[in-house]
Amino acid sequence: MESQELPYVLIDCIGGKHGVYEDHIEFLEKHFHLISMKEYLENKKSLSEKIRAIYIWYHKPVINEELLQSLPNLKIVASSGVGIDHLDLRLLSSYGVKVANTPFAVSTDTADFGMALMLASSRRLVEGYQMAVSPDTEYFPADWLGAEVSGATLGIVGMGTIGYKVAQRAKAFEMKILYHNRNQRNKEDESAVGAVYCKKIDDLLQQSDFVLLAVTLTPQTHKLIGKKELELMKPTATLINISRGLVVDQDALVEALQKKIIKAAALDVTYPEPLPRDHPLLKLKNIIITPHIGSATKKTRRLMMENMTESIKAGLTGLPIPNEVLL
Amino acid sequence: MLRSKAFSLLKPIPLMFGQSNLACIHPAIASYGHRCHRSPVDYRQRYKTYSAGEQTISASHTKVMAEDLPGVLILDIGGTHGVLENLAVLLKKHFHLITMKEFLENKKEMSKKIQSVFVFECRPTIDRELLESLPNLKVIGNSGVGVDHLDLKMISNFGVKVTNTPHAVADPTADMAMALMLASARRLVEGCQIAVSPDTKYFAVDWLGVEVTRATLGIIGMGSIGYKVAQRARAFNMKILYHNRNRRRKEEEEAVGAHYCEKMEDLLQQSDFVMLVVNLTPETHKLIGKKELGLMKPTATLINISRGAVIDQDALVEALQKKIIRAAALDVTHPEPLPRDHPLLRLNNIIITPHIGTATVQAIRMMAEEAIANMLAVLNGQPIPSEVFPK
Repeated sequence: MESQELPYVLIDCIGGKHGVYEDHIEFLEKHFHLISMKEYLENKKSLSEKIRAIYIWYHKPVINEELLQSLPNLKIVASSGVGIDHLDLRLLSSYGVKVANTPFAVSTDTADFGMALMLASSRRLVEGYQMAVSPDTEYFPADWLGAEVSGATLGIVGMGTIGYKVAQRAKAFEMKILYHNRNQRNKEDESAVGAVYCKKIDDLLQQSDFVLLAVTLTPQTHKLIGKKELELMKPTATLINISRGLVVDQDALVEALQKKIIKAAALDVTYPEPLPRDHPLLKLKNIIITPHIGSATKKTRRLMMENMTESIKAGLTGLPIPNEVLL
Repeated sequence: MLRSKAFSLLKPIPLMFGQSNLACIHPAIASYGHRCHRSPVDYRQRYKTYSAGEQTISASHTKVMAEDLPGVLILDIGGTHGVLENLAVLLKKHFHLITMKEFLENKKEMSKKIQSVFVFECRPTIDRELLESLPNLKVIGNSGVGVDHLDLKMISNFGVKVTNTPHAVADPTADMAMALMLASARRLVEGCQIAVSPDTKYFAVDWLGVEVTRATLGIIGMGSIGYKVAQRARAFNMKILYHNRNRRRKEEEEAVGAHYCEKMEDLLQQSDFVMLVVNLTPETHKLIGKKELGLMKPTATLINISRGAVIDQDALVEALQKKIIRAAALDVTHPEPLPRDHPLLRLNNIIITPHIGTATVQAIRMMAEEAIANMLAVLNGQPIPSEVFPK
C-alpha cells in the first residue's frame, strides 16, 4: 500500500525524552503516514491540508488556536492517558474536532500504583531501603515500626474506573472501604467491594486511615483537598494522590506535613512536574514522591497507542469513536 | 529491690564489658547468634540506654507482687535490641520479668524462678549453658514464626517446649510481600530518587516498569503467609502457581485460583514473580541457587520474605549482575544487616529492606500477646496454640 493513501497524522517527534516510542512506530506506520511537528513547520503549505488527525503523546504537541486554524481538515485528536485537563475541549469542539483519550488502558496500572504507594508509605519501604543500604548502618533497631495496611480504613475520593479497581484490590487486604463520588455507585458494585458511600467528603476524611485521590481534574476538583480537608483527616492518616497535582493545595499540604497534622503523603502527581528543586515538599521526611509513573509499563503504553490508533481510524471513517471524550 | 542493686552495679562494670573480655561473658549476653541471621552488637552502648528505660518501667510497677508470678527471662527492655517498653508492660501483667543482666547478677536466686524465656528478635540466644542453668524452664516463647535460630532438638532434650506466633505474623508479612513485589515491578524506589534528585530537570516518558496485574506469581511455600499472599494477588488478577511440600485442598486452591506445581522447576520457568515464603530448614537452605535462577525468566523478579539463607546469595549477585533475572526484592538477607561492602548493596536492580515484615505497631503487639498466650498455656497445662516440634 502506498504511504500516500494512508491518512496523515501529526505527532510531535519520535524518541527522546517525550517523543512517540520508537518501538511503536512500526505499528503506527501500518495505519498512518506520520508527520512530525518539525516536518510540518518546514512544509506547512503542502502538509496543512493533508493532516486529518493529531496523535498527542504525553501532552505533545500542544494544541492551540493557531494550530487549529492552520489545519482545515483536522477531524480528530487522540490523547494518551486518561487526563484531558491539558486540552481546551471547548476550543476543539468549536472547530468541529473530536477528542479521544485512553481511560481503560491506564486503569489497572494506575490502581496497582495506588496500592504500591499506600503499602510503601505505610510500611516505610523507601526509608527502610535507605537504612538497609546505608554505609552507616550497623544494626537494624527493634523499635523501628510502620503501620498496618490490612484491616485499616481506606477512603477513596473519586470512584471511577481507577478508584473502583483500587477498591477491588484493597478488599483483598480486608480494608474497610469508604468512597466519595459525584454519584453513588449501584448496590451491586458497592457490595462487590464492600464499599460504603460517604455523601459528604468530610465523613470520609474523618474516618479514613488512608485517603486516596482518584478524581479527574476539573474546575470542581481543583484544590479539592486544602487546609480544611487536611485538618479533618486523622493525625495518623496518609494522603495518596494518583490523580493530578492541582487536586491538592500544595502549600496547605506542606504545612500539614510539617506540623504533623496528617502523618504522611504519597504523591505520584504534583504541580508542576517535576517540582522546582527547591520546593519544600522535596525536603520533608514524611513524604514519598514518584515521577508520574502510574501508567508507566510497557504493555500499558502499547495498549494506549493501539487504543489511540483505533480511535483515530474510527474518527476518520465516520464510525463511532471508542473512548471519545464528550464535552 | 533487686533493680536498684542492678543500678549500683552498673558503674564498676565497664571492665567486664571491655572488648577483650567479651569471651568471658555469658554467651547469651554476647548473643553471638551464629545460628541466627542477626549480627552481634556492642552491649556497652545498650546498657547506657537500659538505665534510661528502666526508670520508666519502675514507675509503672503494679500492685501485684511480681515475684509471685512465673518468671520470664528477656534480654533487656528498650534500647536497640531489647523488648519494646509497651511489650514489657504486657508481659508484666502475667509474669515476673527478669532481664538477662538481673539473672546473671543473681543466678542463684533467679535461676529457679525462670519458667519461660520470651525470645524477641532472636534474642536472647538459647544455648546449652543457658538451658542447664534454668532447672525450672518449661517453655521458650518466640516472638515471630521463624524458629531457625533455635536448636529445637537440643531444647527438647531438656524437656522444654518451644512456641511461635504464626497468626500474628501472617497479615503484615503478606502485606510486605505485596509491597515489595509492587515496589520492584513499578521501580518505586528508583522513581522516588528521580523525583527528589537535585539533578532532575524533567521526567522522561520512556521510563517504564513492568505490570503486576495479570502477571504470573509463583509462590514457593504455601503456608499461612503464602496463602494470604495468594488471596491478595488474586485481587490483582494474577495467575497464581505454587509449590509446597504438600498440595493444598481443592477448595483452598480454587478460592485463590492457585495451580499446584509439583516440580519447582515448572513454577520457576513460568513465573514473572517468584516469591519465597518457606521456613528455613536444612531442606530449604540454599533452595534457590544458580540452577534455579537460571531456570527463571530473564524478565522475572525474585522476592524473598522468608530467610536470607534460603537463597545462595553469591549466585544471586551473579544472576543480577548478568541480568539472568530482571530484579530482586529482599526483606531478608544473611546476615542482617549485610556487611557494608557486600556486592548486593551495589546493584541497582535490587530492593533490600531491613527485615520489616512484621514491623508494625499492631503486629509487634499481637506477636507478644500470642507468645504470652502460648507461654501461659504451657505453664498452666492447657492445650498449646502454637507449639513447634523438632523434626
